[in-house]
Amino acid sequence: MTEIRASSAALMQTRAAKGPRDPWSVLRWTLLAMGAIVMVMPIVYMLSASIKYPFEMYDLNIIPKEPTFENYTYVLSDGRFLRWFGNSFLIATLTTLSAVFFDALVGYALCKFTFRGRTFVFIAILSTLMIPTEMLVIPWYLMSKSFGWLDTYWGIMFPGIMTAFGTFLMKQFFETVPDDFLEAARIDGLNEFQIWWSVALPLVTPALSALAIFIFLGNWTAFLWPLIVTNSAELYTLPVGLTTFSVEQAVEWELIMTGAALATIPTLIVFLVFQRYIIRGVAMAGLKG
Amino acid sequence: MATLSLHNLVKAYGKTEVLHGINLDVADGEFVVFVGPSGCGKSTTLRMIAGLEDVSGGEVRIGGAVVNHLEPKDRNIAMVFQNYAIYPHMSVRKNIGFGLRTAKMPKADKEKRIEEVAAILSMTEYLDRKPAQLSGGQRQRVAIGRAMVRDPAVFLFDEPLSNLDAQLRTQMRLEIKKLHQRVGTTIIFVTHDQVEAMTMADRIVIMKDGHIQQVGTPAEVFHQPANAFVAQFIGAPSMNMLQGRITADGIEVAGRVIARKTPGAVGSAVTVGIRPDDLRVTPDAGSFAGRVSVLEPLGAETLAYVDIGGQEVVARADGRTPPPLRAQVHLTVDPANLHLFDAEGVAIR
Ligand SMILES: Nc1ncnc2c1ncn2[C@@H]1O[C@H](COP(=O)(O)OP(=O)(O)OP(=O)(O)O)[C@@H](O)[C@H]1O
Ligand SMILES: [Mg+2]
Repeated sequence: MTEIRASSAALMQTRAAKGPRDPWSVLRWTLLAMGAIVMVMPIVYMLSASIKYPFEMYDLNIIPKEPTFENYTYVLSDGRFLRWFGNSFLIATLTTLSAVFFDALVGYALCKFTFRGRTFVFIAILSTLMIPTEMLVIPWYLMSKSFGWLDTYWGIMFPGIMTAFGTFLMKQFFETVPDDFLEAARIDGLNEFQIWWSVALPLVTPALSALAIFIFLGNWTAFLWPLIVTNSAELYTLPVGLTTFSVEQAVEWELIMTGAALATIPTLIVFLVFQRYIIRGVAMAGLKG
Repeated sequence: MATLSLHNLVKAYGKTEVLHGINLDVADGEFVVFVGPSGCGKSTTLRMIAGLEDVSGGEVRIGGAVVNHLEPKDRNIAMVFQNYAIYPHMSVRKNIGFGLRTAKMPKADKEKRIEEVAAILSMTEYLDRKPAQLSGGQRQRVAIGRAMVRDPAVFLFDEPLSNLDAQLRTQMRLEIKKLHQRVGTTIIFVTHDQVEAMTMADRIVIMKDGHIQQVGTPAEVFHQPANAFVAQFIGAPSMNMLQGRITADGIEVAGRVIARKTPGAVGSAVTVGIRPDDLRVTPDAGSFAGRVSVLEPLGAETLAYVDIGGQEVVARADGRTPPPLRAQVHLTVDPANLHLFDAEGVAIR
């Protein structure tokens, strides 16, 4: 017992002794600290600005002289904010559900079935990954215009109901599901959709969760396309709506920052919820044979 | 329960034919083992019976009816896979019950059936565990339970024991055999392990390169191999194969003439097969003489590798008093125990 204590004390000593003296560790910590500051600074700035009065807005101090939550009460009681928040939430949720569903379905088909033109379809899907959104908005706009989708929820959502990246990701993950699992289910009398739903999907939950996080965040923060396709303020998504806080009278940065701070809440929740599944899924994938 | 028959079964992947006309009749309740080297087409045959692979030619009949175009689920078969194919996200109960998901029976009956199967496999106490919490042998039992639960006409096993360690494999081998005696369902079992084949089968089907080489009981394929391939494949250690020649007095092999009548023409070449068991090491005069090059003690007996006239043969020596290494020894064989094969490798009887 005493021996253990003695040795752990010795261990701590060596660690303590090694820490500050080792020049590499100094360099390492410095770099990490710099990285952390770069990452965290905008968030800290956003939070600090959200509790400032307008007169203090252009001071670069982090801790406001007169902190206030009035911005929050204002933003939250402003019907527009809640409306945009709701729009964003609805759109991001629906597109996430839809994209995860279809990406997994198409990825599965591309991975587990052989059919004429499979490679061609896969390459065609992948090639859309190479085109930046800025170029896609023009055809999207023309399409929406001729179908009458401009200024509708569907118009905002349709480009995202299925994603090339998700299809690719899911195809890769379905490769890890042994064919035996699917064949066993086939012999047991399940149809192909049931096999996908109740055998293949549960085995790729980590990938599904990761994909859900990516897609939700992507849609939650989407700006360019919602800005282009919407006209009426009732249909704005949160990122689009927040910018209009600035155009109406003067630029009201403290309100924009408050809105932005509030906007991070759902993303945090989504991340925390799905992250659990990622960890659980990884633990499950460890089962061999 | 049902009979199974394969008639001129052919499988081709594109232009390459991998099965070249398989003919086999399996009786109701029979335990048939397919054995052969890797890539000979055992799994392909099994998968065609299951309906997981299209039939390129010929017929598969189960219970007399042609099933070529039936879906796997409509063939009334169950299959156990090499890596068990039990689902990690479901409990043992769910896994075993999976085969009943689409069955139209009351829930209580399903539960009862699962309990029954679990009892047969002594898995009752593990029903609520996840597969990750089971040992390899228990997982294999779950896979078998899942196949049993539907009470299929034919059980198909594709190398179900190859992921288990040697000891567990022997144990599961016995359990599967007992299970067969108990439920009496027709079983087709694929393996590349000839010991598994010998110990479990009612009849063995030996395959090579997409052809059946021989079908017979374990005793038949061991004692009357149809050709040199079967002779060497069945039995461990492998049968010794020596080059010989038919003479007027018998067969000349390794410089000796062994008296044995053969139908072949005098002067023609034959391959002489001798099982290590039939070749005993004796201290005094015998059929062959040679020097011991390697000894492999196995306990009850010792395998002696003996160099006779430039050809190495394996012989069985006593386990307690093996010959010393590099000793000059004699080997005796009963002429009746020689296996003769012609130039094509076909057995001469
Ligand atoms: N999808 C496929 N496309 C082309 N050839 C295939 C395919 N599947 C199997 N084959 C070929 O068919 C032959 C038989 O394969 P099969 O899997 O039946 O062998 P096996 O006897 O089960 O061998 P093992 O003991 O290694 O499992 C092999 O030569 C294999 O290369
Ligand atoms: Mg195989």
